[in-house]
Amino acid sequence: MSGGSAEVTRAQVEDFLYLEAALLDEWRMDEWLQLLTEDARYEVPPNDVPGGSASDTLFTIADDISRIRARVKRLYNDRAHAEYPHSRTRRMISNVRITGRDGDTLSVSANFICHRFRRNERIRQYVGATNYTLVVGDSGIKIARRVVVIDAHELGSLGSVSFIL
Amino acid sequence: MDQTNPQTYIIDNADDQTFKLNRSALVEPAVFELEQRRIFDVCWIYLGHESEITEPGDFKTRNVCGRPVIFARDSAGELRAFLNSCRHRGAAVCRLTEGNADNYSCFYHGWIYDRDGNLKTVPGAESYGPAFDKADFALGEVPKFDSYRGFCFVNFNADAEPLEDYLAGATEYIDLVVDQSPSGKMQVIEGTQEYDIAANWKLLVENSFDDYHLLSTHSTWLGYLKDAGVEMKPPEKGHLLPSHGICRNLGNGHATTDNVNFRGRPVARWIPIYGEDAKEEIDEIRAELVTRMGEKRATRIADTNRNLVVFPNLVLNDGSSITIRTFHPISASRMRVTAWALGPAEESKSALARRLDSFLTFYGPGGFATPDDVEALEMVQAGLQSWREVTWSDISRGMNKDGEQLNTDELHLRTFWRRWSQYMEGAIS
Repeated sequence: MSGGSAEVTRAQVEDFLYLEAALLDEWRMDEWLQLLTEDARYEVPPNDVPGGSASDTLFTIADDISRIRARVKRLYNDRAHAEYPHSRTRRMISNVRITGRDGDTLSVSANFICHRFRRNERIRQYVGATNYTLVVGDSGIKIARRVVVIDAHELGSLGSVSFIL
Repeated sequence: MDQTNPQTYIIDNADDQTFKLNRSALVEPAVFELEQRRIFDVCWIYLGHESEITEPGDFKTRNVCGRPVIFARDSAGELRAFLNSCRHRGAAVCRLTEGNADNYSCFYHGWIYDRDGNLKTVPGAESYGPAFDKADFALGEVPKFDSYRGFCFVNFNADAEPLEDYLAGATEYIDLVVDQSPSGKMQVIEGTQEYDIAANWKLLVENSFDDYHLLSTHSTWLGYLKDAGVEMKPPEKGHLLPSHGICRNLGNGHATTDNVNFRGRPVARWIPIYGEDAKEEIDEIRAELVTRMGEKRATRIADTNRNLVVFPNLVLNDGSSITIRTFHPISASRMRVTAWALGPAEESKSALARRLDSFLTFYGPGGFATPDDVEALEMVQAGLQSWREVTWSDISRGMNKDGEQLNTDELHLRTFWRRWSQYMEGAIS
């Protein structure tokens, strides 16, 4: 894919996002980290300001790459109590659109439903859209930025976002 | 005493240095019902911060003590707490969570109120008799409204004591927060964290200033700080945590922890997590604080962190950042939590970004610590279902000592529970 973003098809982007979803659902987060650039960001905006900026708005999650790695390290620890035992999740990714191309960069939007299951708890359904900035390089597609926007007006009964959404 | 129908919910025994709580207090729907009347209808309850609404007509709608409330600036810019219910049949007159209103209008039959709550328009007014006077139909208001240094409270008891009397020693700790601002003006930052916990609300009171749980519940957060190069000294003799910390009873059920800081503070103590680039600005913030407040007061503000509980349901966490957190019971086993970040109004862009980043390392539903607190509270609530067999919880830590009570003791928790028990038993009202 060395020809930059112009040659990348939606099907290729979909395959990539399905792979990401599978790695996260299967708790293969070390492999998921390999999909990220060295300066990647992962953000979940607050439900009441979904279009806000993390520099002046209190987000639910606003991780740079070092905190993404720290988050993964924490989640693999069985003393990350909110995710021990691990949640089972199942993500459905759809409505994938390439919304912009600029040099080696792609803007992509995808809808998601993430079902979260924990024993003896009600099922939680996180529904929304993820806005990606993807970078196309010699080693394929990488994620430079993923902003996960939850549609619910407040987290409410979804409770925490203790796993990687 | 019949353990499943207690006359009193606590056993507070100074002789054998034990304090026990009947777990029915955390489980029974009848207790939840009684709390509505005996606690939430008579105590000063946090509504919002003055910085959230600044211009005439600005409003936020909130649910407070089960009532729909409009936190608003009227036409003169004064702060008001209207009840969001049309005087005609009861529908909401404001259906947005925030905004600026020219008026408040009920879409059901079209009654319209101005920014001051006066009824202005009644379609078909000629069909009412001579006794009908629009002046009698102004929007309801919460009986008492008052603020302390920007923090706005309501009270549904018209005979309530003045807010400042009620706050008692808590004012000292609110001052330690507000004095971080050079202008004395703090600002609630945009972005609200609003989430439910499947647990009794009083468990979050305990958790919000219980430092005994820090090592076991938050070991992964402490590990994160350590990985980032934050220095943590071995605990002093008799201590569990890396710095000296105490708890204090502030009167009227309010209590706080008061800890020597090791975790970094936006105002103003640098830690490696903030990055080398931040050192200079944090030094400047510190210097301003010293100039304005003097060395002693500056040290007091910048080198301690404090988790304050204002009875019954307001928490100010002044630690890695400043959190305003309030919570209301939905049922005996469920609560809705609302949390905001607070900072000096004049904070620079870089300092604000640092404050928010620091907030998220620990606090909130996506932080490295709060989700584990939520999990702990939900585990407790599940365990409490056996309350008929395992009836008493123990809250005795520190009762065997005179003098200083540590943050890992439980004097602050007992302070809350003693006050709660007095209200519930009708000893105060």
